Amino acid sequence: MLHLLAQAEPFRSPTVDFHAFAPEIVLSVSIVVVLLVDLVFDERGKWATSSIAGIGLLAALVPVLTLAVDGADRSLFDGAYVVDNFALVMKALFLLSGYVTILISARYIAEGDYYEGEYYFMLLCSLLGMLVMGSARDLISIFVALELLSIPAYLLAGWRKRDLRGNEASLKYYLLGVFAAAVMLYGMSLIFGVTGSTILTEIGAALDGGEAPAPIVVVGILFIVIGFAFKVSAVPFHTWAPDTYEGAPTPITAYLSVASKAAGFVALLQLVFIGFLGRSDVWGPLFWVLAAITMTVGNLIALRQTNIVRMLAYSSVAQAGFMLAPFAVAGDIDVDRGGPLAAIPPVVTYLLIYAAMNLGAFAVVMVVARKTRSGELSSYGGLFEYAPGLAVLMTVFIFALAGIPPLGGWLAKFVVFRALLDAGTPAAIVLAVIAAVNSVISLFYYASVAREMWMRPVPDGDRAPIRIPASLGSALALAAAFTLLFGVSNVATRFGDLAIFGFLP
Amino acid sequence: MDSFDDYALTAAVFLPLAGAIAMLLVPRDAEGTHKLLALATSVATLGVGGYLLANFDYDRAGDMQFGIDKPWIEVINSRYIVGIDGISLPLLILSMAIVVLVILYSWTHFPEPHNPKAFLILILILEAGMNGTFVAQDLILFFVFFEVVLLPMYFMIGVWGGENRQYAAIKFFLFTLFGSALMILSFLALFFLVQEANGGEGTFAIPDLIRLASDNITRDTQLLIFGGMFMGFAIKVPMFPFHTWLPDAHTQAPTQGSVILAAILLKLGTYGFIRIAIPILPDAAVEWAPWIGGLAVIGIIYGALGCLAQSDMKRLIAFSSVAHMGYVMLGIATLTDFGLNAAVFGMVAHGLITGMLFFVAGSVKERFHTLELARLGGLLKQAPRMGWILGFCAMASLGLPGLAGFWGEFPAILAAYNPAEGLSEELFRGYMVVAAIGTVFAAGYLLWMLQRAAFGEPKAEWDAVRISDMHWNEYAAWVPLLVFIVVLGVYPNLIFGLTDDAVRTAVSALGR
Repeated sequence: MLHLLAQAEPFRSPTVDFHAFAPEIVLSVSIVVVLLVDLVFDERGKWATSSIAGIGLLAALVPVLTLAVDGADRSLFDGAYVVDNFALVMKALFLLSGYVTILISARYIAEGDYYEGEYYFMLLCSLLGMLVMGSARDLISIFVALELLSIPAYLLAGWRKRDLRGNEASLKYYLLGVFAAAVMLYGMSLIFGVTGSTILTEIGAALDGGEAPAPIVVVGILFIVIGFAFKVSAVPFHTWAPDTYEGAPTPITAYLSVASKAAGFVALLQLVFIGFLGRSDVWGPLFWVLAAITMTVGNLIALRQTNIVRMLAYSSVAQAGFMLAPFAVAGDIDVDRGGPLAAIPPVVTYLLIYAAMNLGAFAVVMVVARKTRSGELSSYGGLFEYAPGLAVLMTVFIFALAGIPPLGGWLAKFVVFRALLDAGTPAAIVLAVIAAVNSVISLFYYASVAREMWMRPVPDGDRAPIRIPASLGSALALAAAFTLLFGVSNVATRFGDLAIFGFLP
Repeated sequence: MDSFDDYALTAAVFLPLAGAIAMLLVPRDAEGTHKLLALATSVATLGVGGYLLANFDYDRAGDMQFGIDKPWIEVINSRYIVGIDGISLPLLILSMAIVVLVILYSWTHFPEPHNPKAFLILILILEAGMNGTFVAQDLILFFVFFEVVLLPMYFMIGVWGGENRQYAAIKFFLFTLFGSALMILSFLALFFLVQEANGGEGTFAIPDLIRLASDNITRDTQLLIFGGMFMGFAIKVPMFPFHTWLPDAHTQAPTQGSVILAAILLKLGTYGFIRIAIPILPDAAVEWAPWIGGLAVIGIIYGALGCLAQSDMKRLIAFSSVAHMGYVMLGIATLTDFGLNAAVFGMVAHGLITGMLFFVAGSVKERFHTLELARLGGLLKQAPRMGWILGFCAMASLGLPGLAGFWGEFPAILAAYNPAEGLSEELFRGYMVVAAIGTVFAAGYLLWMLQRAAFGEPKAEWDAVRISDMHWNEYAAWVPLLVFIVVLGVYPNLIFGLTDDAVRTAVSALGR
């Protein structure tokens, strides 16, 4: 044993490109500061933690911007960790949606007498996991990133610990999440076994050659995709989502349905379009089925919801179905139209637009709940009469989610349709028709929110206006501005097109 | 002022939006300010319309004018292309004028639950969508504006409407959205199928598609694509059998909503046929024309019979819209320049006349709180001026020569005598006969309505009620419409002279 060690080369620390790591470093520093502040200050000073967390996130955005200006693709640790345009776009999305999450959390957590410092600590840790996920291009780092972003999220989901539904939310999320992680790990081990590498580009090269034994590859890909299907709450692996969304604190629900879902999609994009690029025969049909049933089942169940948070939960399940659709047809896109990689921009565009409109919708839910103390759809009756501004904003977000131009969502759906028709195979066209029908179905439940707000009487006759705290107000303004901007300009599609991988097999 | 030419159309579309945003910032209680702001905005927009009328080159009415072409959403190669020709101009001006009149009418006629701020903002957003649809020369831009009108109208019906408003509002929304979903798929299909011919890049620009589409897409596919567009536009028109949303929407909508719906929104569908479907896919249009013509004449007869079965005045006028839009669609289905001229004229005339009828119906409803024809009667005695105006509009609507309605109906029937090359003459002459019979029905139901509403003695239940005659703002809103109904009736060349060149361009692709 010892002589073996003696023969080994002396350990040399790898050269680390600190610029490439700067966003993660800044975020880690702010995590430590939040912890220290929480330790040092007494109860009255705890509010500072939320500000520090917010500033930390914005500060972490600065190196993301400098890296974007610099423009060079960076590869670290033999390709396990990559900073390319895709990573930067996604990191910016995570940081911004994290910032909005903190904006909508501030008053909720402060007034709820929950553990303030720990809350922001957990949230930042989870966001750190997401930043890592954006760059992770090897099975191990993807798994580490996933656990880093999930474990704090399990805890955050149960933050209202005296609430039974909060406990249920956390436990369900945890058990199913761990189960999914186990399934995924098994898949990863199989892929590692047949390709001999954990680096995605190397896996991609090995799988593309077709030398790897088919059944093991199929099972490996299947298990990995299923693991992430849990994360993005695709049917039939969505069962945790509604209960968790309802039981978790509303800001966390917004966070899970936007940032955490985006992280799942980022991992899927990286795995599928780098690692398994050549095996679209395996994952293409799998994603087709997932996309079709996810959007259909999500919509049909959403139709029956009377609680707005559960409705938004199922709506976010359905929206995930739309985001999965480009995966299903990627393998059929002609090489002269960009090949399978042409399926990435629609997904990224969708994620960006979806983040703006969904965060906005949840922000309104939070503001309204401050007055009505209820998440029931019927409590929105007559909102237009006593809070017209809020009603108009909610209308904007809701119809954006439904995909009515000129509000953001239509462009998201449009690019997905375009990818489907671009592939042009019968299967793709069938999926496009399923998606079109689903867009119309979804209008029913989105319009029912508008109907409550605009056309129904106030349920308890309480017409006192709603006061909007400054932090929530700025979150609303941010979300509304982006929802409108995305709908009438090419900003979102631009970023979608920018998000390309720097290193491919 | 040469530079304003470049921005005139943009101003026409976005001025109303700017006004709406300004109104958002004014508190709700300042009702007077809201009314003035809305009126000023719509008048300023109409002023832009006046500028367009004054500077339009009438010798080149067939070409796009005031055009601009700027990049918009580059990834999908959708561009901000706007422009107007002789077809768009009258409809654009109609839309601008109707909005001014509707706002004038609203001055003292806000339906429950009042709230002028929201009501007027919705009207201005509607105007932006309508104007935008008439000037857009890019399919995606067109689609966005086409959809923009949905939400304001949904809320207008759903919030300010009658008893059954929520059902009517969602029905209107879902019907139209269903059509739009198929329409956007058709637009996308065009985009991809001309990709190769356009040098590897797809396009949504209407002029490019007119140049490329018919030569580069197989016939069967053209038929399918036309079918998708047909669904989108026919639901909006609405053609039989997709018309069922219309009577509900009209009956439940507030007066102002009904007027805008009848005068402008329905025209978006027929305009889509003339601007997009026929020029881009002329061969498919020839295949589809017999079916469209058939549905159009069914609509004429069905609408007329529907009218005869109504006991509610507003519902009756709504069904008469189905019949009148049948004539417009028949004119379009002939695919001749004559028929298309008639169609555009019919669109303007129907906008003026049916808009007017809905105004009168709204005022009657306001005074009597009912539109049950069985309870009305003797309007000429109770409010003689309004009664005469109702009579005048009924005459115009049934196509009395000398009034605008005639020039929409009669040439459309005439055009069916001699349809475009490739269409069966026998079939279209058959349609012609049916359509002509339809005019008799039209005279029947309109005179019958007039008789029941305006003639005879007032019913006993109104003895104790004081029924006021016309108000100042009713005069203000109605007189311009009435004047134009006469002017266009006496001198139809005002429209025909404008549309003729443009229509020839539109049908020039046929029989190439």
